[in-house]
Amino acid sequence: MRVLVKRSSAVQEFEVPRHPSQTVLDVVTYIQRKLDPTLAYRYACRVGMCGSCAMTVNGVPRWTCRTHVDNVAGNDELQIGPLKNLPLIRDLVTDMSEFFDKWARAQGRFQGGRTKHDDFEKVSPDSPDRKAADAGIECIGCAVCYSACNVVAANPDYLGPAALNRAWTLVKDARSVDAIDKLRAVAGDAGCHACHTHMDCTERCPKHISPTAAIAGLKRATAKAALKGEL
Amino acid sequence: MTQTVLWLAQRVTAAILAVCVVVHLATIIYAVQGGLTAAEILGRTRGNTAWLVFYAVFVAAAAIHAPIGLRAVLGEWLKWRGIWREVFLVFFAYTLLWFGLQAVIGVFG
Repeated sequence: MRVLVKRSSAVQEFEVPRHPSQTVLDVVTYIQRKLDPTLAYRYACRVGMCGSCAMTVNGVPRWTCRTHVDNVAGNDELQIGPLKNLPLIRDLVTDMSEFFDKWARAQGRFQGGRTKHDDFEKVSPDSPDRKAADAGIECIGCAVCYSACNVVAANPDYLGPAALNRAWTLVKDARSVDAIDKLRAVAGDAGCHACHTHMDCTERCPKHISPTAAIAGLKRATAKAALKGEL
Repeated sequence: MTQTVLWLAQRVTAAILAVCVVVHLATIIYAVQGGLTAAEILGRTRGNTAWLVFYAVFVAAAAIHAPIGLRAVLGEWLKWRGIWREVFLVFFAYTLLWFGLQAVIGVFG
């Protein structure tokens, strides 16, 4: 199989043997271990949990550890590059700082009101709010959605699908005590109102989360808060 | 807060425009049956308060809706953000409103 790897300097071509159930991460690892040890890339868990191995594969952002070559290399060719919309460090490694800083800017940390002396909050798994939160909490922070997002490309200040999805799961969390602060943080040109509902994030999310639905929820919630004069 | 209100205004005016455009298109299709003349149009609109109100609402909704959409286009395509973009868009909104209402009053009176 012909593999074209977009490196910092230029595109480099490699010939990699095909194997059954081979993943794109297997291919990159083969290149780094057998063909060119200077190739920089990032991975950790290899099983779709850590969110560190995402790359652009044949033009599409994907988690490489769970992307089978058979499913993406139609004409026995792979083009592998770093994620888009993120600063490049080297070869296939991008700088994720801004991506995670935006989670902080969207107030993506949980703030509860109870201490260890209090009893557990009783939250019904069937409540609409809990279901809405549950729909988004499996995010692994791989930045595939961020890389796929056209709005991020056009507006670098935009918080992006993952950070907004995170904020939405916390707004819908019954234990959260600062939902209104999160709505204030995500309203506006850099936040949920910048989303054009292209749904690239939802199409590409390897965990089948719909950040688009989360962002639509934030738009509704901020609108309600604005009408009540709370925003 | 401001951008949330702008978003809300754009959605509300979009709903109004959806109805207005359907009524407008249906009227066009009805009106062109058997030829179309200025006299026929004016005969329908002159002194008709219902059409005056309808088209005044149509113009007002368009004057609110279009600049908010243009705001995003200017920001994303031309990287034009900041106070002068807002000043331009307010001017653009009033221009749409002015010319639109001139036309509405023109076919009413």
